[in-house]
Order: sequence, then structure tokens, then C-alpha cells
Amino acid sequence: MKTIISAGIVALSALCAGPAFGQNLNGAGATFPAPIYQKWFQEYKTAHSSVQINYQPIGSGGGISAMTEGTVDFGASDMPMTDEQIGKLKVRPLHFPTVLGADVITYNLPGVSGALKFSGDTIANIFLGKIAKWNDPKIAADNPGVKLPSTDIVVAHRSDGSGTTFVFCDYLSKVSPEWKSKVGASTSVTWPVGLGGAKNDGVAGIVKQTEGAIGYVELVFAVQNKMAFADVKNAAGKFVTPSFASVTAAAQASKDLAADFRGSITNAPISSYTWLLIPSQIQDAAKKKAITDFLGWMLTTGQKDAEPLSYAPLPAAVVAKEKQQIAAIK
Amino acid sequence: MSSTFRNRRRNAVNNIMLTLTGVCAFITVSMLFVVLAYLVYNGGKSLNVAFFTKLPLPTGEVGGGMANAIVGSFEIILFASLIGLPIGFFTGIYLSEFGGKTLPFLVRYICDLLNGVPSIVIGIFVWIVVVAKVHHYSAYAGAIALSIMLIPITARGTEQFLQEVPRAMREGSLALGASNWRTIASVIVPAARKGILTGMILGVARISGETAPLLFTSLNNQFWSAGISEPTASLPVMIYNFATSPYDDYHRQAWAAGLVLLALVLIANITARMIVSRGVSLPK
Amino acid sequence: MGTPAAAIRPGSKSVSRLSGGDELARAVTMLFALAVLAVAALLIFELWIHSSPAKEKFGLGFLSSTLWNPVTNEFGALPFIYGTVVTSVLALLIAVPLGVGAAIYLSELAAPRLSSILTFLVELLAAVPSVIFGLLAIFTLVPLMRGYIEPALKKTLGFLPLFTGPAYGVSYLAAGVILAVMTFPFIISVSREALLTVPREQREAALALGATKWESTWQVVVPFARLGILGSVFLGLARALGETMAVTMVIGNNPGIHASLLAPGYTIAAVIANEFAEATSDMYRSALVELGMVLFLLTIVINGLARILIVVTTKKGSARA
Repeated sequence: MKTIISAGIVALSALCAGPAFGQNLNGAGATFPAPIYQKWFQEYKTAHSSVQINYQPIGSGGGISAMTEGTVDFGASDMPMTDEQIGKLKVRPLHFPTVLGADVITYNLPGVSGALKFSGDTIANIFLGKIAKWNDPKIAADNPGVKLPSTDIVVAHRSDGSGTTFVFCDYLSKVSPEWKSKVGASTSVTWPVGLGGAKNDGVAGIVKQTEGAIGYVELVFAVQNKMAFADVKNAAGKFVTPSFASVTAAAQASKDLAADFRGSITNAPISSYTWLLIPSQIQDAAKKKAITDFLGWMLTTGQKDAEPLSYAPLPAAVVAKEKQQIAAIK
Repeated sequence: MSSTFRNRRRNAVNNIMLTLTGVCAFITVSMLFVVLAYLVYNGGKSLNVAFFTKLPLPTGEVGGGMANAIVGSFEIILFASLIGLPIGFFTGIYLSEFGGKTLPFLVRYICDLLNGVPSIVIGIFVWIVVVAKVHHYSAYAGAIALSIMLIPITARGTEQFLQEVPRAMREGSLALGASNWRTIASVIVPAARKGILTGMILGVARISGETAPLLFTSLNNQFWSAGISEPTASLPVMIYNFATSPYDDYHRQAWAAGLVLLALVLIANITARMIVSRGVSLPK
Repeated sequence: MGTPAAAIRPGSKSVSRLSGGDELARAVTMLFALAVLAVAALLIFELWIHSSPAKEKFGLGFLSSTLWNPVTNEFGALPFIYGTVVTSVLALLIAVPLGVGAAIYLSELAAPRLSSILTFLVELLAAVPSVIFGLLAIFTLVPLMRGYIEPALKKTLGFLPLFTGPAYGVSYLAAGVILAVMTFPFIISVSREALLTVPREQREAALALGATKWESTWQVVVPFARLGILGSVFLGLARALGETMAVTMVIGNNPGIHASLLAPGYTIAAVIANEFAEATSDMYRSALVELGMVLFLLTIVINGLARILIVVTTKKGSARA
């Protein structure tokens, strides 16, 4: 009995010590860029073994909330923080765009081969619950010649606070006045219909496992899970396939970002920047160095990881401006 | 004539209903085996050395493991036990051996109350008083949450087994001139130690499977835990995250983790029962 | 029963024999006991404080409003209360007949040795963690529901509003079923004990009067133990109400009120688990804490009733023995 207790105490002290050297940083937030963030932090740790950055994907809403509570060193979000949210923080957060990603409409229809096409109005009506079956005339109109089954449409959306939701709803608000007035755009909205899944992973999971399901996820989740995703009609009336190439093009064509990097692009493919939220003042000098070093690495070496994961790298002009913002961290 | 018919009908009803109860017993008992079968089959397929030795890989990459979650769970549970077991144990002694009427009654009532708190509520409580106050997710916050669940179980269990020590032993010791606390320490507790130990094992087994209290306290970590005051991976949270993801490799690992967790919990329970091999009912 | 030591415990009204060591021991252990009281008090205090903003803003309307809108900071608890109640009642509807039936078998019919072994196995089921039930439910129960059980229910009972709508798989029904499996052990274990405390004379008297075994059981023994059985039902209910993980994984996370059991829904515990981490405004968090308090109060009341019933039965049984 005594030996067990002493062994336990020794083991515990050993565990408490942890890596006695090195920096530990904790971040939480968006699941939209989680695949590339996890890759980055793993690579970064391999390259700089004394810096361990733990990133937990809990949704953009969670990232903003954790930043507000001060329980993490940095946050991540696909929805830029509003002035009201920024006002709640003691230390003003800086937005650092990292990559661009695309929200794709992924669906599960085993009988249908090739990508379906949707116009913005059709998508809005599906998610409003007004189109309930796959062989609805509106869907057929977007897809002439495709044989659509009479399966029920199962809508899947996020149950947690999500930047991916914001990006999607921002797009829907722009193409559908009804959506704009009824639902609006934010990290958490009141969905008219559908099943809720937590994180991008949850929505992808629902769609993958439920026949007839449709949902919105970041491109890489559909690609990695070999799920079908749709071509979306852009403002010019052309159907665009979301891909690394089309997202990069959308990035180049987007208006210049505001000086503080908050802004959104919304056309097809439904794309968005995603941001790391870094406090503008960091007391701990070692932590500050670790963060600024990482940001510098991210803007240069890190961008190479974007293409294999179907994210678009940042345009050169944005990278240059961000490097200046790094210097602004005190 | 009609009475024989009635009797035959009554006998028929008798046989049918009694058989039905047997069917009910069969269905409910077999649930355990259904659970075991699925976990052994799916988890067994997925268990490999990598699971125990590697760290999780980024989403979409195949071949990671849950080494950090296994160690992390161990760390959190150990810490929770170091907090919860002594507090529960001494509270149990108080309830059984000391105290008058009102305070023990109140403490017992509060223990039962805490036992019934939904674990998610304990999670948000610890987030409010620990995580939000120190502005940090940490393993010790998770341990505190689990210890709050462990204390009432341990206290009531300890009290129950101390109560069962025969009066003769107490009286004998006191008659020999030993003081009260001497009697407790040298006679009563040792006499009840099997039962108390059982209660402790069962309590620890119960908290080791809890997920909800850890969601907002110890969070999770894709690397090795950097210490007790940092977010730490744990098996239950990993299982939850991986099971609700779309990746097949994550599903595979979730099954494996489920098997490992279930095996540990069941072994603890069976061991505890074997220590106390008389049919004592579980302290609920 | 009382404390055997109390009978000759020094320090009461008669001789004060407490030596210094005893006084110290008493103080130390009392300190731990008080610590437990302190933790519970803090828990209730913090829940109360943090739910105040929501309580002030919404008042009692919180419990009857169905609007849950984090954007406009309007929150209503009804869909979650509804989901919690529906899934728990469903769980009981499945678990009570099966559980009481099994308990009857185990106490009346099975040989004592077999009965102990089987009860032990059922109680092991209580040790299975919730997240593992959830894991199983996602990959086995939900596809089963979606592919076979729900379509079958729709075909046969689809005229009832209870079984309409698409077969998602994730639904109140799936949550109710998995909750039922988690509730079995409590009902069986406690009911069996209640039945075992029924004095032998009762059974023998009924049999002597010519009753069949079933008639003796159902008309004499079970009514005698009915308070204990009822207590077990409340115990199971309390457990089902607070269940988080397994339910979150199969209920579909839809904050609405639906008549159909095949529809997705939400429970209090599930919404807290999903949304607490990202409650970006104080009002949002306060609403979730208030939900937690509602759940807590529910489980206190039901657990309390359960304990009273169980204690009453045990006393009655042992008094008569």
C-alpha cells in the first residue's frame, strides 16, 4: 500500500514537470483550417523541437470565446471579429490571414455520378427547407439530363459556433434576400431545418453516413473523405468547381483587404480567408518570440503546405502587409 | 368443467409470463455481451503497436496513435484520485465514527446530491471556478472535476463498510483502553479495508470513463502533455472526437481506444467484486 | 442502525473521555466533511450567480420559450426540456418492462447462484462509460435505425404523428433506445433487491391459497415491493436525464420541438456540451448555465424521491422480517 502511494507520487511529480525546457503555446478555434494548422504545428515542432503549439479545433465561435476569456494564447476564426467582440478583449487582437479555403456543398447521392450543379437560389431553398426532395424541379433545372432520385434531402449544418457557417450564410445572404431576412449570417444561426453536427468533422460525418444528405464543409474535408461536392453558379452565371485553382483565382480577384485584414470574399466558389487571432501585446518575451517566429515561418515555408490540402496560399501583397503587422506585436 | 378450463388458462398464463420474464433477463444480460462483442471485434481489428506508441497525426493522415491520450488519462485520473480518495475516505470515517445528528445527516444528503449532479454541470462549474479564473485549460482542472465526482462515491462507500464492522470488535478495543481514534485506525479501518478498497476501485473506474467533465477543463492536446497545468489529451475525449469525425482511420482508432478503455474499466470492476466476494450491494 | 461506536462513544452527554488524540481526529475528519459541504455550496452558489443575467432577462418565460438564437441573444429552454423529457420517458418505457421483468426472473425464478451471477453481469453494464455507448450507437444503432427499424415503423405505424418524417437514424428514438440500455442495470438491480426483501410468508401464503407462481408474484410480491420498484424507476430516470455523451452523439442536435420520434432533437445536457465552449457573450453563457441549473434541480428532485422510496421499502422489508 505504502509503496503504491510513493510510486504514485513519484510518477505524478514526473508528469507534473513536463518538458522543463521550451515553450508551450495553446490555441483553439476554427475547424475550417484545422487540417493545415495541425500539419503546420506538427512540422513546426519537428523543426523547432523546443516549441510545442497545441491547437484544438473547437469552432470559430469557440476560438473567439476562448480569446475573450483569455484561456488560450491565440485563437483562430473564419469570421473576422466584430467591433463589439474586439471591444470585450482587454488586449486588442490582431487578425492574421493564413490561407484561403472554400466552403463546398457536399452531398451523398450514391446513384448520381459526376458533380451536381447548384445555383445560389437553389441552395438557399434547400437549406430553408423549401426543397425537400432530390428530384425537385429546381434542382433538375440546374442539372439538365441528370437522373435524380426521389430520396428525401437531409440537411446537415453546424451545431457549434462556426466560421464555416458564417462564410456559407454570408454567401446565402447575398444570393437570397429571403435567407438574409429570415436567417442572416453569423457563427451561430437558427437553422430552419436539418441535423446538427459539431465541427466540420461532424457535418462531414453526417453527410458521409446518411444517404440523401447535403451539407457545407471546407474543401479539404470533402476531398480527404472522397465525398462528392457541387459546382456552384457564380455572379457571372457560370458554374465553378471548387478546387485549389479556382480558390486561388478567387483570392487574386478579391478586393484588397482592409488594413486590419478583416474582410470577406463572397462569390463562387464560396471562399474565405481564415485568420489567426493574435494578441497585440504579449507580456512574456519568450512566448512573444515563439509566436512571431511561427508567424514568420507560416508566411513563408508554411504556405507550401496549402496546395496539397487544397487551400490557396496568400497573395504576395497580403503576405508583405502581414509581415509589417508582425512587427506591431509588442 | 369451466374451472378446469380456467385452471388450464391460468397455468398457460403462468407459463407464458414466467417465460417472458426469462426472456427479459436474457435480453438485458445479453446487452453486456453485445457491447463486448462489437468492441472486441472492431477494436481488436484496429489495435496495433502504433496505437500505443504513436501520437495522433493531422486529419487525413493514416497511422497515428493515442499514446498521449493513454498517458494523459492516466495522469488526470491519478491526480483526481490523489485529491478525491483521501477527502472521501476521511469524510466517510467522519460519517461513520464521529459526529452527532445534524452534521452527518447534512453531509450524507450533500454526498447524495453531488452524486446525482449531471457530469456536464460539474464540467461547467469547474470551468467557471478554475479555468476561467486562471485563464488556462489544464489537466489539473480536469482532475478537480473528476475528483468532485469521486468524493461522494468514496465517502458513502467508506461509511458503508465501516458500519459493517461488528460491534464486538469496537467494544473489545475500547474495553482494552484504546482511545477512539486508535480503535478506528488500528482495528476498524483494517477490518473494513477490503470493502473500502473495493469502493475506491469502483469509484476510480467510474471516473476514468467520464468525458463530459473533461470537455471544458483539460480540453485536448495533439502532443504529449506539457505538464499538469497544460491541456492534456485523454482517452474518452479522443474517442468522442474521433467517433464524430468522418475519417475512417479515426473511426478505427476510436474503436481501439474504446476497447482499451472498456477493458480497463471492466477489469477494475471485476477485480473489485472478487475482493469482496460476498454479495454486498454496490454503494449507489 | 446508527453508529455502533456511538453507543459507547465518549464525549457525549455522559463521561467525557475524549483524549487529545480523539479530539484531533474528530476535528480533522470533520474538516474533510465540511470541505465536501463547501464544494457543494460553491457549486450551487456559482450556478446561481452565473445564471442570474439570464434569469433576470427572461424570467419564467425562459422555460416556455422555444426560441434559441445566439445572434440576437434570445434564449428559450423549452426545446431542450422537451427533448430531455421525451428521450428519458422513452427510455423508461423500454427499460421498465424489460427491467422489472428481468428483476422478477432474477429474484423469483432463478436459482440464487445463477441470480447472483446474472445480476453481477447486469451491474457490469452500469460500469460501461457513456462515450462507449455513444461510439456503439453511432456505428451500429443509428445505421440499424435508419436502414431497418425506422422504415419499418413508418410502414406499420406511420399513421401516428409519432412516426412521421424522414428516417434520419439520429433521432429521439435512437437516443431513447441507447438510454434504455444504460438504464437497465439500475432498474434491475434495485427492483431485484426490493423483491428479495418481500418476506417468504407472503409468497407462501399466496401459493397455499392456490395461486400459480405467476399470480403469486404479480398479485402479491410485486405490489408488496412496488415502492422499491418505483424508486428504481426514479433512479433510472435521474440517470437518463443527466446523460450527456451517448445522447449527444445520436440525437441529431436540432433545437426544435417535434412530435415525431423519428425527428432529430436536442437535450439540455447535449446543448451544453456542444455550445458552452463557444458562448461568446455573457448572456449566452448565462442561459446555458441556467439550463444546467434546471437540469440539476430536476435530477435533485427525482433522485430525492427515489431515495425516499428505496429507504421506505428497505425499512418496511426489514421491519417485517
